[in-house]
Amino acid sequence: MKSAPPNPRWAPWVFIAPFLVLFATFTLWPLVQSLLLAFSQTFGPKRSAFVGFDNFAFLLRDPLFWQALRNTLVYTAGSVFIQLPIALMLALLLNRPGLRGRAMFRLIFFAPSLVGLVFVAMVFALLFQSRTGLVNAGLHSLFSGWDPEFAWLDQHVMGSLIVASVWLYAGFNMIYFLAALQNVSRELLEAAELDGAGPWSRFRHIVLPEIQPVAGFVVLLSVIGSFQAFELPYVLLNNSAGPDNRGLTIVMYLYQTGFLTGDLGYASAIGWILGLILAGAALLQIRSTRREET
Amino acid sequence: MRRFALIPVYAALVFFAALTLVPLVWMATSALKDQQDFFTSFFLPRGDGFLGIAWDRITLVNFTRLFRDFPIGRALFNSFFFATVTSSGATLACAMGGYALAKYRFKARRTLAILVLGALIIPAPLLIAPSYQLLWQLGFLNSYSGLILPAIAPAFGVFLFRQSMLNSVPAELLESARIDGAGEFRIFFLIVIPLVRPMIGAFLLITFLGAWNNFIGPQIILQQPEVFPLSVTINNLRGIYSTDYGLIMSGTLISVAPVMCLFLLLQKEFISGLTSGAVKG
Repeated sequence: MKSAPPNPRWAPWVFIAPFLVLFATFTLWPLVQSLLLAFSQTFGPKRSAFVGFDNFAFLLRDPLFWQALRNTLVYTAGSVFIQLPIALMLALLLNRPGLRGRAMFRLIFFAPSLVGLVFVAMVFALLFQSRTGLVNAGLHSLFSGWDPEFAWLDQHVMGSLIVASVWLYAGFNMIYFLAALQNVSRELLEAAELDGAGPWSRFRHIVLPEIQPVAGFVVLLSVIGSFQAFELPYVLLNNSAGPDNRGLTIVMYLYQTGFLTGDLGYASAIGWILGLILAGAALLQIRSTRREET
Repeated sequence: MRRFALIPVYAALVFFAALTLVPLVWMATSALKDQQDFFTSFFLPRGDGFLGIAWDRITLVNFTRLFRDFPIGRALFNSFFFATVTSSGATLACAMGGYALAKYRFKARRTLAILVLGALIIPAPLLIAPSYQLLWQLGFLNSYSGLILPAIAPAFGVFLFRQSMLNSVPAELLESARIDGAGEFRIFFLIVIPLVRPMIGAFLLITFLGAWNNFIGPQIILQQPEVFPLSVTINNLRGIYSTDYGLIMSGTLISVAPVMCLFLLLQKEFISGLTSGAVKG
């Protein structure tokens, strides 16, 4: 038998070249630049001056940054403690054996994920409108005492935002949970049921340990995604941070300082703080899964 | 017995399905009403027609106004162009890159694989400010190139294709093709690509959706209304005609409907591709 001619030395480089060139130009180079920018003060894209740690020092004393961080933390908590449990519950409901119409329900729950962030934000902005929105009209027809002029996007900025995000993301994360639930052994569950284990204890002792790795991954993805929230609150609040900046998020503040004020340096400093927070979250997740494995 | 046990499950599912559908149905029905009916009825205009609905008051006036008075046709074209070029370019570049890292032995392979993995945790907003500066230096501001080129090299795509090719492309197959004298590109396009077809479908859809719904990119990079995609155009519409609800909802419907149809076509590939990484990892 003839042995295969060795593949030419250039082959892998030709295949990876398009990616590598674009990746180096539009990811690695900006990454290096963002570090330099974070230590500069800039006025538009043309002029800049080195200022050392000034941007970071200013950031720590900037009340708007702290407000943005607080709002972002509230939003993230909403994702992890409200949206993900709902996603898991939907997956558990859909995973019941003998259920009919599973594919149809799955498609319905997933549908919001196809609607772009901007469009979701626009629909919910109108749904939450004080006089004309469906939310107030519906609540008023159910409870006649409800004030049809209640200003959701004024009084409950973060609450409205979290409702919109639950609608948008719960069905998406449900898909991950569904895939994980498929690994849970049916026989084990039935045996436990025969032994008299109730639904909660079956969930707690059989289902939860089995889906734990995927659940950890989904939590991390949600935290990372929530920390980068921008379009949803920005468009929901009609291209603003809402009354008294009550809907200001970290990335919205980055956008405002970089593109409305024109200080790309300060914006980069905000970006690096965000990057460090996310790296910390990822490390925490990796360490906690390691500990459970050993 | 078992059948009755499922009744509360169905009840809960129907309840959540209704909650999920209400905003979508409201969007679609609002697009079909004029301003007067928007204020007087929740969904379709009430009247004495079949099912208590005034079918004759359903109108397409919002859509005709949208296409006549606003550059929606152009925006629709821009979105299609932008999403098609970005998704096909990214799929080709990432499949090729993933193939190089999965199936060739060369010196820099390990370093490159670590680089791709590390790039997964770079938050996109961190790159917004320096990318804007770079695009300005390259003269790419306000151009399709400025929008498309940076979106063609997502590291997670190379990572996904590498993972799927490690398992589903057998080395013996490539060996025997080489013995038969097939060139490297022939092997890639005729053997490797067909083997990872589900991944290609899923990744095309993911990148198409991402480009179609991209808002912050065009908002920052583009300045002239003629090149705006739907996301920016519809949002600007809301700034000017903030109380013309029918108009806004019909624009939103036009933006959402094409990707919904695309998804229905590629549904199967999408869900399997989406979860393949999660279950293994």
